[in-house]
Amino acid sequence: MIETIIIRGAMVGAVYASLAVGFSLIFGVARIINLAHTAFFMLAAYFMFSLVNNFSLNFFLLIILSVSLVTILGTICYKLFLERIREHEGAVLLVTVALAIAIQECILLFYGSLYKSLAPFVPGNAEFLGVTIPWQELIILGVTIICLIGLLLFLYRTNCGLALRVTAQDRETANLMGINVQRICLLSISIAIGLAGLAGAIVGPIYTLEPLMWAHPLVMMFAAVILGGLGSIKGSFIGAFILGYTEVLVVFLAPEGSFIKGPVAMGIMVLILLIKREGLFGISFEEERL
Amino acid sequence: MRKNFIKREYKNFKGEILEIPGRTAAFFFLLTLCLLPILSQHPYLLLVLTYMNIYAIYAASWDVLGGYTGQFSMGQGAFFGVAAYSAGLLNIHLGVPFWLTIPCGAIVGVASGLIIALPALKIRGVYFSLVSLAYPIILTGFVFAFSNITGGEMGLSGITAISNDRIVTYYISLVIMIISVLTMWKFTDANSKAFRIGIVLQAIREDEISARCSGINTINYKLMAFGVSAFFAGIAGGLYVHVIRIIGPSTLELMWSFNPIIWTIFGGMGSIGGAVAGVFILYPFMEVLRIIPEFRMLIFAGLIIGIILFMPEGIISWARDKIERECPRCKIINYVTRQRCRACDANISSGRIFK
Repeated sequence: MIETIIIRGAMVGAVYASLAVGFSLIFGVARIINLAHTAFFMLAAYFMFSLVNNFSLNFFLLIILSVSLVTILGTICYKLFLERIREHEGAVLLVTVALAIAIQECILLFYGSLYKSLAPFVPGNAEFLGVTIPWQELIILGVTIICLIGLLLFLYRTNCGLALRVTAQDRETANLMGINVQRICLLSISIAIGLAGLAGAIVGPIYTLEPLMWAHPLVMMFAAVILGGLGSIKGSFIGAFILGYTEVLVVFLAPEGSFIKGPVAMGIMVLILLIKREGLFGISFEEERL
Repeated sequence: MRKNFIKREYKNFKGEILEIPGRTAAFFFLLTLCLLPILSQHPYLLLVLTYMNIYAIYAASWDVLGGYTGQFSMGQGAFFGVAAYSAGLLNIHLGVPFWLTIPCGAIVGVASGLIIALPALKIRGVYFSLVSLAYPIILTGFVFAFSNITGGEMGLSGITAISNDRIVTYYISLVIMIISVLTMWKFTDANSKAFRIGIVLQAIREDEISARCSGINTINYKLMAFGVSAFFAGIAGGLYVHVIRIIGPSTLELMWSFNPIIWTIFGGMGSIGGAVAGVFILYPFMEVLRIIPEFRMLIFAGLIIGIILFMPEGIISWARDKIERECPRCKIINYVTRQRCRACDANISSGRIFK
């Protein structure tokens, strides 16, 4: 029981972390509240479903294929719909909602509304110190953690990552220093959508695929981002794990837990905000301070 | 004496409404709504129109908070849902009639609005948007937790209707809509001589720190905006529950909070007319699309994206720019067809003031 909760919580937390970090990145660099973020997550899961059913390739190749498809699609959506209206905050928000609805409806058209699920990529369980853990959960945990560490290395150890962080801090100055802000925004969006797509592609065997599966992760992602503090990658990461464990604990321990897992996570978020208003690790920006 | 009175009223009417294209359009639009049941009494049409009246109140109430005060709330469904639940539960469990439950629901809505406003006084911008999203979801938790009272996931049915006659229901909703929308419009109007509130709210939206520096107690004004917004959202919620006659957690869903935002931004943020027009354009369009149910939401999403790409300020702001022209000298609004300003006779046709 306890070991199941620990592993499950870590896995759910890792999935939320890869969503929340991407959302944080898009918000920080491009200043877009991307409500379609988890729609791309769902799209990747469905792509994976099609690919697994149609091609008998190595699952690793299929994951790469579906992630790159989703990344390309997300980048095209940004280029076509969002780039030219970026100054209008409300319009951007509306377009991302519309994109999410459009993706949901396309999935409904092509796949139907029935629940779908994938077979585990690696069947069976791992025996570890006398504890039995499904391989799939370990794969999800491992892949997302590796990718997140890779992202952190990219952000903090390379010039390109420096440019991303600089743009997030001060867009105009970054522009004056010769950074191509448009391209950096595009890069941040590709990375973030790619991360969301990766999470989507590997959770297929654990989550149930349905056209509305984007709503709950969206809410949890918001909660994680706010909990950790907007604009802080580390905060989003830790916030996601806190919420992942909370969710798993609520589902395991409370009766009708799956109904109230969202409300409980939101309650925790509001409580923490009332105590510490910029979140756990948030930087309170000059213009957002009161 | 009486003749003079009529003459004066007509003159006022002409100057205040007929000379301003946006108001003329709004006036004839409301007139059409009042006269529509004479032309057709189709029950389905009347029901859709009743819903549109309710949603117009709901969208305008979001606009007070999001468009005018700059508190981009993504949890408007909380006000609506709380009011709908309290009105519905009062009606089911205690048998209170509708004319009492709707105000009661609105008052409970105001109370919830003031609770939601507490964190909003500390945080701003995107933080507030994302936090406000939490409230409808937390309330859903309460609905599930007390399912013996609230009906839980399945909801409750058997709420009394406003009236068995659809026309009476329609007119009641229409009257409430017109009164609410005009009140909200007066409340947020920046040029209003009677209230100073509208311009203060817009100052808070533009720059809260500057507003504070100008000696405005922004906290009071923000609380007021939350109260007003929650009150009218609550009225919409109470009306809705008496028209649809069931309550369920669907009024607290994510999309239910996004809907007023979609309507308002589509119509034009920061104008009550835009919010109402957004409802009265998008909602009938969605009803027409019911003939192709599979593609309905897809076309809806495509339409929103397409229109927003070309009119990011909203459809009403775009249209108003086409028919109205502000006199550069005295800032009075004129028809675009006029050559000279109706008040100060400046030449406005070419955009230059003097020849």
